[in-house]
Amino acid sequence: MDNTAQNLDIREETQIRPYTMNFGPQHPAAHGVLRLVLEMDGEVVERADPHIGLLHRGTEKLIEYKTYTQAVPYFDRLDYVSPMNQEHAFSMAVEQLLGITVPARASYIRVLFSELTRILNHLLNITTYALDVGAITPALWGFEEREKGMEFYERVSGARLHANYIRPGGVAFDMPLGLADDMMEWCEKSILPVIDDLETLLTNNRIFKQRTVDIGTVTREEALDWAFTGPMLRGSGVAWDLRRNQPYECYSDLEFDIPVGKTGDCYARYLVRMEEMRQSVKIMKQCLQKMPGGPVKVNDHKISPPSRAEMKRSMEALIHHFKLFTEGYHVPAGETYAAVEAPKGEFGVYLVADGSNKPYRCRVRAPGFPHLAGMDFMAKGHMLADAVSIIGSMDIVFGEIDR
Amino acid sequence: MSDETTTIVHPLTALAEDIQARLPGVVLGTQLEKDQMTLTVGRDTILEMLTFLRDDPALEFKMLVDLFGVDYPDRAERFDVVYNLLSLSKNRRIRLKVAATETTPVPTAVGVFNCANWFEREVWDMYGVYFDGHPDLRRILTDYGFDGHPQRKDFPLTGYVELRYDEERKRVAYEPVKLTQDFRKFDFESPWEAMTDVQLPGDEKAMRPVRGYKELKKSAT
Repeated sequence: MDNTAQNLDIREETQIRPYTMNFGPQHPAAHGVLRLVLEMDGEVVERADPHIGLLHRGTEKLIEYKTYTQAVPYFDRLDYVSPMNQEHAFSMAVEQLLGITVPARASYIRVLFSELTRILNHLLNITTYALDVGAITPALWGFEEREKGMEFYERVSGARLHANYIRPGGVAFDMPLGLADDMMEWCEKSILPVIDDLETLLTNNRIFKQRTVDIGTVTREEALDWAFTGPMLRGSGVAWDLRRNQPYECYSDLEFDIPVGKTGDCYARYLVRMEEMRQSVKIMKQCLQKMPGGPVKVNDHKISPPSRAEMKRSMEALIHHFKLFTEGYHVPAGETYAAVEAPKGEFGVYLVADGSNKPYRCRVRAPGFPHLAGMDFMAKGHMLADAVSIIGSMDIVFGEIDR
Repeated sequence: MSDETTTIVHPLTALAEDIQARLPGVVLGTQLEKDQMTLTVGRDTILEMLTFLRDDPALEFKMLVDLFGVDYPDRAERFDVVYNLLSLSKNRRIRLKVAATETTPVPTAVGVFNCANWFEREVWDMYGVYFDGHPDLRRILTDYGFDGHPQRKDFPLTGYVELRYDEERKRVAYEPVKLTQDFRKFDFESPWEAMTDVQLPGDEKAMRPVRGYKELKKSAT
């Protein structure tokens, strides 16, 4: 038999086998370093296999070798667009083990900045998501406002991003003079018009809706089965928010609504995030109005460092300061799990202490990890361009997924 | 933590007793700490337990929030696999613990909760706990071709290999890790309160300790 055209089996030649495509690891729409291996049938995704770990830094292992004080900055670098929420979860876990409660003012400052972080996170997510599906203007408008929010970060902690501000026992410093007024002004005048502008650009935008409506639909059961939390869960119609259902800090004293999506698609998640930003502004205003006076960290110098002024005069304060920043404090043996409603979902810290000054085990429960694990079932049967849309709506950041 | 002689039973203790009564012989131990309940379960019964917790209408632990490993090298069965469950309708959490070793596989929970897939891959990657029946037990966070299980306590923090881009071979090259300085591990075990009842010279103006001060005074007179 010779391989001339007449003798070839025509079916075998024309049949297109699913081919494998590499998406990333460097791709602007991958929101970081995601290598997505896609098995394609033409334009249609048959199987999506995310390869993660390209940003794995071994945070959990490193924390086992650091004191509790030194562990806090690692949490900023997990989900680097919502740093304070993660410090908050770790601080809460340590406080549970130490058996301390933070002063009221610290609690309000924590909530204030957690909500500011939520706005900053959603601003980043929505604008870059819009960029992924073809709209450039939201990114230009949103990032200006985001920069103003990060200035508040800088004024309170000295750093725009990696704040290291919420620490076990309270917050690092009190808010500087005038910051509360400026934040109030931002809440009342500056941020809401920008959210409205984004809404006019996107919510009824025909192209945006074509790219998001009925894409990546997640049912209620699927969301629970795949351990989705945050807007991914609420977008599917499950009214679950840790701030409301298991209130921590001063959330039970504050008034806010939990937006819930109806359809479970990318568009519903977008709408949930938009409304969450407005609710966060509402919470920030209430925090600023109700902010009590008083100390911002526990008055136990075995846990929180004394003030600089005190250190200059008191030998005891100097010793406390020295011991706290060399040896650190010892946490009684035990284990606990503390979770906060981070912008992306439930961010939890499971901490095992062995009585020494270092955690024995610190497990970081990152919300993005199970979200990305659901990529396969969400992308199946969609077009390649929709995979980009789904990744964008999951709000993934590789710092927390790879840890 | 058992100093409560009053009749008020913690709701989670009641829950644990209820589970033990309705699924006898599965729970090996209970522990209530910081208002959190942990149940210890055997490897062979963990799937039965997870399915029961998920499907029972009085419990409805519908979400497996987290699954991870903990390493205790001194124990006979050195690893703990911890399941963190959440019931949205009843608004409560429960933890399950299963002990395992390098050679004893834990049955996979993928059939009960889909999210267990990646979580178990991570435990396999980090600790080397094998999950029996897992559909796709590959490494997840470490590099392709990585050797060892980095989160075990006997795995060094700095690892064994480091990599760089080799300009001559035009590819990434792996080499044994070279440290310009040893990994510094300070001994912090000096007790915080050690010096409080010993009078040190120059400290007389500070708070008067009980023992040292009197002895000092006696020797002075």
